[in-house]
Amino acid sequence: MGEDQSEICYAVDDNGQYVLVPSLGWAPKNIANAQAWQVIEDKVADALERVKAGTASPLAYHMARHQMSVGLLAKYVGVFRWRVWRHLKPSGFKALTPDQIQRYADVFDITPEELTRIPSSADDKEQHDKNG
Amino acid sequence: MDNIRIPFTHRQSSHCESGVVSNLLFHEGLDISEAMAFGVGRGLFFGYFPFIRVNGLPLTTFRCAVGGIFKQVTRRFGISVCWQKFRQPRAAMEALDRKLAEGTPVGCRTGGYWLPYFPPAFRFHFNMHNLVVYGKEGDDYLISDPVFPDPVVCPGRDLMKARFARGPLSPRGTMYYFKEVPETVDLSAAIATGIKKAAWAMLHTPGPVIGIRGIRFLANQVEKWPQKLGNRRAALYLGQLIRMQEELGTGGAGFRFMYSAFLQEASRHLNSGLLNELSARMTLVGDRWRDFALMGSRNCKNRATEMESYGAMAEILRECAEQEKSIYTQLLAVARQNEHPKIILKRRQA
Repeated sequence: MGEDQSEICYAVDDNGQYVLVPSLGWAPKNIANAQAWQVIEDKVADALERVKAGTASPLAYHMARHQMSVGLLAKYVGVFRWRVWRHLKPSGFKALTPDQIQRYADVFDITPEELTRIPSSADDKEQHDKNG
Repeated sequence: MDNIRIPFTHRQSSHCESGVVSNLLFHEGLDISEAMAFGVGRGLFFGYFPFIRVNGLPLTTFRCAVGGIFKQVTRRFGISVCWQKFRQPRAAMEALDRKLAEGTPVGCRTGGYWLPYFPPAFRFHFNMHNLVVYGKEGDDYLISDPVFPDPVVCPGRDLMKARFARGPLSPRGTMYYFKEVPETVDLSAAIATGIKKAAWAMLHTPGPVIGIRGIRFLANQVEKWPQKLGNRRAALYLGQLIRMQEELGTGGAGFRFMYSAFLQEASRHLNSGLLNELSARMTLVGDRWRDFALMGSRNCKNRATEMESYGAMAEILRECAEQEKSIYTQLLAVARQNEHPKIILKRRQA
């Protein structure tokens, strides 16, 4: 896992016996993981751009940040996919009631104000550092 | 609410479900290692499901369905279990509290995304995580998560969210615990049945996507990826495959090393030289799987040489399929013999 929380894996010792040893990480695995995060980061950056350009609502940014698809977010909020899809557009987002905004905010564990605010790049940076 | 702390021995393991089973059994006085739980629970499997998508990429699995190891192991050992699912998150947490108050450690299935003690780099939406809750302090739960070196503490809110993660295979608050554990269990019979079931599933499951046929199917697909998907998508498919094989607590090489460890342990118990030999061969197959991952990762980074084309990777997979087929055929033969030495495991007295 992280630097201090190592995974363990199976390895053969000098006598041919299997032992459990802390994993030191393995390059191919790290490459595959880095690739997966790159895809997520690209999606977040893309969403952020669209939000700033006014073609998507801030919801799109938070959805991407939490690696969610429309279907998954719809499940969490408990509404149909097409409604989430509509809320991803600025016009649909504006029509949300405070109650609905609260439900979205609860899923992402943020306040309604944070959800409705157009995210700055700083938020984005912070997230990247966290994911490091 | 009073604080509860059930004396529970946390032992780190490489895979969550087999680790949970092993630790729960240890708590009941049965010393079963993780690899043993994995083998008896016929955890080894292979399936390539291009029609099931995870993050838009095909699903490859190297283990049986979630919950399968727990179900198989308890059945083999004749342990009666209680298995519950919930609609209401609150009801699920109350049921958990009640069991803890009775002094029973409880296994829970959760999603990985909402658990705050997960390092951020490992937060993905996957719903196949397992952990043991063994206590409560205020609103915080004491958790033995087998893939972590030490027990962890998790706020109740987050645990509730994780137990009700949504998406494919959502856990729906699933929790499980032992109701009654027999005084003695027949280990040799359990090992033989576990091997038989795993080998049979790998060799004879109908359909093209599972077992040895599944590996060959995957090889054929891998070969076609660059033409079919273009280099970028092909690299993504490959990356996902490598992650399924090496990440997600497989203990390396898509559980092949863990299974070798099980076979080695089984050979000691059953006093079988052949099992030991098969364990060594399984290790070699695991090494080939790792070669595949290594080559794949170079392709992901566009650093592959001519020799490391998708075709070459497909060849490695075919070689793995060939080797594994011969191993499982022999395993099946060993397991079907009737004269195993009888190993009766007694419960440690508390």
